[in-house]
Amino acid sequence: MADVKIKGLYKRYGSFEAVRGIDLDIPDGEFTVLVGPSGCGKSTLLRTIAGLEEISGGEIAIGGEVVNDMRPRDRDVAMVFQDYALYPHMTVRNNIGFGLKARKMPQPEIDSRVDAAATMLGITALMDRLPRQISGGQRQRVAIGRAVVRNPRLFLFDEPLSNLDAQLRDEMRGEIKRLHRDISTTMIYVTHDQIEAMTLADRIVLMRDGVIEQEGAPLDLFERPATTFVAGFLGSPKMTFLSGRMVRVEGAVTIALDDGPRLPLPEGRIPDVADGRAVILGVRPEHISRATGPAAAPGSARLDAVIEFLQPTGSRTYATFRLGRAQVMAEFEAHDTGRPGETVPLDLNLSRASMFDAATQRAI
Amino acid sequence: MASWVRPRRIPIVRIVVIALFLAFVLAPLYWVAITSIKPSDDYLAVPPVWFPDAPTMVHYEAALFAYRGLQGLINSIIISISATILSVSVGTLMAYSLARFNTGGQHLSFWVLSQRFLPPIAIILPLFLNYRLVGLQDTHVGMIVAYTVFTLPVSVWMMFAYFRQMPRSLEEAALVDGCTRWGALWSVAMPLAAPGIVAAAVFTFIACWTEFFFALVLTSRNAFTLPTVFRAFLSFQGAQYGEASALAIVSLVPSIILGVLVQKHLVRGLTLGAVRG
Ligand SMILES: Nc1ncnc2c1ncn2[C@@H]1O[C@H](COP(=O)(O)OP(=O)(O)O)[C@@H](O)[C@H]1O
Ligand SMILES: [Mg+2]
Repeated sequence: MADVKIKGLYKRYGSFEAVRGIDLDIPDGEFTVLVGPSGCGKSTLLRTIAGLEEISGGEIAIGGEVVNDMRPRDRDVAMVFQDYALYPHMTVRNNIGFGLKARKMPQPEIDSRVDAAATMLGITALMDRLPRQISGGQRQRVAIGRAVVRNPRLFLFDEPLSNLDAQLRDEMRGEIKRLHRDISTTMIYVTHDQIEAMTLADRIVLMRDGVIEQEGAPLDLFERPATTFVAGFLGSPKMTFLSGRMVRVEGAVTIALDDGPRLPLPEGRIPDVADGRAVILGVRPEHISRATGPAAAPGSARLDAVIEFLQPTGSRTYATFRLGRAQVMAEFEAHDTGRPGETVPLDLNLSRASMFDAATQRAI
Repeated sequence: MASWVRPRRIPIVRIVVIALFLAFVLAPLYWVAITSIKPSDDYLAVPPVWFPDAPTMVHYEAALFAYRGLQGLINSIIISISATILSVSVGTLMAYSLARFNTGGQHLSFWVLSQRFLPPIAIILPLFLNYRLVGLQDTHVGMIVAYTVFTLPVSVWMMFAYFRQMPRSLEEAALVDGCTRWGALWSVAMPLAAPGIVAAAVFTFIACWTEFFFALVLTSRNAFTLPTVFRAFLSFQGAQYGEASALAIVSLVPSIILGVLVQKHLVRGLTLGAVRG
């Protein structure tokens, strides 16, 4: 059990900066997910924590102890790799016990620990096989077993599920969550998949180009994204961005969408920006609902829009509308949609929608 | 109803090609083997003698003792095995360093290979003079050193290719699991590189075993190797076909034993068999 404190961390490859000044505090026992597009430096950050990459500047402390110059083996962390990295020439049993043996634990204790881990992960029947003789999902379990058996103070996962098919991925995601609930050791988990990040994390750290773009609880990031980048990265289907201008008319404040309607902003949602300023309105599918009643609900704006096309998923149906120059997607009950070409009245919930300054791309 | 069995096709072309190839390889070999046990009168008899009436071992005796072939054989074994062990162990460590730590940047690995572009004749005289100066001329140590250096580029290059295609994450897992760098090399990288090591060792051994030029210049009465013994049969008073053939057969034996022993590994090593689990 340990917390992790990172201060001003830099990692350079030649003149390229893969990690550019990261500060991060991870409390003991927390499940932190590093998420971001491919190449943003997630793996690099994780590998510096493991000690597999030398850092170019800054400080990493695990459990209050600065580990900058400590070898990986002395950091007492365990890591699960994307390609599992099972030792091909060792049986499952020896793979799991390898770390204990390397640390000179007596054989009887190794055996009992390995058996306990295997039972917990449901792989007792595979113990005498070689990695190439078991399936991808089983390999992932072995890799997790190899980490668990060591009872480390910190777990590191680098995209552990990305080589699995969709169904197995869902299943393993649940197991990792359960594992964290059961052993509540600090875990840092890297993924580029926002669903994985949302479902697993106590806290999401969203990275971009080697820096942290925003960090916080999953729902905070989802509901109150600090930038258009965060807003666009989290959520599926994606948030729609509508560009427009702030316009004040007769005391009311509105957003005039480019070539589109004017939307009056509700009280308490009026940003402190100058009149005429270019802004971006971020709308998620669930912010739009089919209008009921004669007037828009409080905090919402009523508008008429033409259905372009529909994407039923079974439980919900996504309807795409044209609004100004942009298309927006709305999420409806499966049978309550209408047909393409039909004009329907919509309520757009402006108190939940996000607003960004067009120049800085930051939330306002 | 009569069952309709499709006649099995006989792969005639394949059989013919293989037969021709075998004849091409084995016929001369057979001739050498037979010559080594023929009485001298039968060497060039017309019509040729396919199998001698009175097989004899005199050529073996002469080649091994009178011409000191046995000493050459022992020297060759000592020198080739030592040079192979040295070349492959140093080469493996160097290759690991090049592949994992990018030692010497981009150029060192290529520089190593480029040493093979140097024709031996360009360095043999300087080497000879230096050896005479430091007293390594005609010594086993001198030959072992020369062969180790001479074969190092190829062992390094073979092992470099092998380590480079081996995923780093295996050793990284070992490092995080609790190994030192040496521990990870020893218990993870080395076992997985074993087929490559075997392949490199076979290449090196064969190169040393058959080397003639260095041995000719750098040795005389003491550390001479098997190939140099053949000079004696082919230069003086006509050709000693029987003795030459006998020694040729003797020199084949280690190669054949080696081939049989490592056959399985060799194929995997040369195809750089993937080591992913
Ligand atoms: N060993 C390396 N040498 C040079 N550049 C590297 C190296 N490792 C990673 N990078 C670069 O650093 C950036 C971040 O990589 P990485 O941390 O692997 O990204 P990801 O977020 O996809 O895990 C990428 O642009 C990558 O090309
Ligand atoms: Mg990565």
